[in-house]
Amino acid sequence: MIKFLTLIGQYFLLLKKVFSKPEKPYVYYKQTMKELVNLGLTSVGIIAVISFFMGAVITLQTAYNTENPIYPKYLVGLGCRDSILLEFSSTIAALILAGKVGSSISSEIGTMRITEQIDALEIMGVNSASYLILPKIIATLFFNPILTLISIVVGIVGGGIAGSVTGVVPTDDFIYGIQYAFIPYYVVYALIKTLFFAFIITSVSAFEGYYVEGGSLEVGRASTKAVVYSSVLILLFNVILTQLLLS
Amino acid sequence: MIDIKNLNKSFNGKCILSDISVTFETGKTNLIIGRSGSGKTVLLKSIVGLHDIDEGEIWYEDILFNKLDFKDKKKIRSEMGMLFQGSALFDSLTVEQNVRFPLDMFTDKSNEEKNERVNFCLKRVDILNTNNLYPSELSGGMKKRVAIARAISLNPKYLFCDEPNSGLDPITAIMIDALIKEITEEYSMTTIVNTHDMNSVMEIGEKIVFISDGLKCWEGSKNEVLNSDCETLNDFIFANSLAKKLKQTHK
Repeated sequence: MIKFLTLIGQYFLLLKKVFSKPEKPYVYYKQTMKELVNLGLTSVGIIAVISFFMGAVITLQTAYNTENPIYPKYLVGLGCRDSILLEFSSTIAALILAGKVGSSISSEIGTMRITEQIDALEIMGVNSASYLILPKIIATLFFNPILTLISIVVGIVGGGIAGSVTGVVPTDDFIYGIQYAFIPYYVVYALIKTLFFAFIITSVSAFEGYYVEGGSLEVGRASTKAVVYSSVLILLFNVILTQLLLS
Repeated sequence: MIDIKNLNKSFNGKCILSDISVTFETGKTNLIIGRSGSGKTVLLKSIVGLHDIDEGEIWYEDILFNKLDFKDKKKIRSEMGMLFQGSALFDSLTVEQNVRFPLDMFTDKSNEEKNERVNFCLKRVDILNTNNLYPSELSGGMKKRVAIARAISLNPKYLFCDEPNSGLDPITAIMIDALIKEITEEYSMTTIVNTHDMNSVMEIGEKIVFISDGLKCWEGSKNEVLNSDCETLNDFIFANSLAKKLKQTHK
């Protein structure tokens, strides 16, 4: 228990260091632009591919589970839209990003720690925590909502194509379904969750990497821990945020 | 000048450094020597503030460094340059960007001035035409040179080198030693070099501090080191058979 509380304390102390005033805003701006590419743009592909196929699977499963003359066909489109909006594009995509982005952040910072690059920054008088972590947090907070929007669009398109190609739901019905009883607040809900998840992924992974001690083996372990802890926290906050935002 | 008074440092209750008092002089290459695990690196990292010490005082001229807060330490740190054992160049930056990094962070110089300074530093350490290479594309000796160039880019008053010769062949090691000595004299810096390389001791050791099991056992110059009465120091210096034979011949 004491170890756990120490860890929590250490995490918040790191955040305090991260959010202190940047030494040179211009250098931080350049670093943030780099991170937007490293952590954001490079994730578009994987998010698009996974969203497309998940959208397709959601459509097919909804269609096969609602094979009943009582249910109108457009319900498949509605089901696909709401599943993607409410859960897939925010939570599942965040879990995927925890694997991709989280492990990358943790191993990058962990390697910098064991090869004394962080010590080199400290010696120069640079706030290493802020310089290394703040641009990553800003980049993911900015770009992950964009990834979520891409995921929503691609997921629904994937669902539409799968429904049409397999013939389980006609395109017109699907389009009618995705427009039927649309609640715009669901998009806001998904984006709010994404912001929380982006912060969790980046800060937890950076924390794991920043305090690595030892060698490459420990960097690997920290990377694994970063993914596991981020994923668990994402699931926990998913429950909390859902209760707070939808109740 | 850096003055250390009664420095104590322990990790998890295990004493690593005990009651170390020593003065490192300006314009001289000061060496900390000792066996692996003797506490050299901990001492160096304590001096630069990477480790918080348990007891004692670390004075940079008339400033008590270990009692300063992070903000005030930054002022002293902007006058420090450090060469790490593994060079610690930033992997994601090119040679030029590595040397330029301290200038970007701490100066308001124009781009032209920064470029001029970067090229001057790289020329000073005899590294040319490598500006756009990444650290992974450099040899061990080249990495050390680039690290020295980065360390001197802000004209530091204090230069710290942790095992500058580790992993280098004897000729490159001598070249790096010579470069450190030249730079120290040229900029009148206080340089502290951590080493267990006896070539370095004989090449550049103007002031030598011998650490053994966390204690300061001996202090003197390279001329005195060979004739010392300190048994632990003699065991360290004349550890290999060639050195032992040379000493017997000398006697």
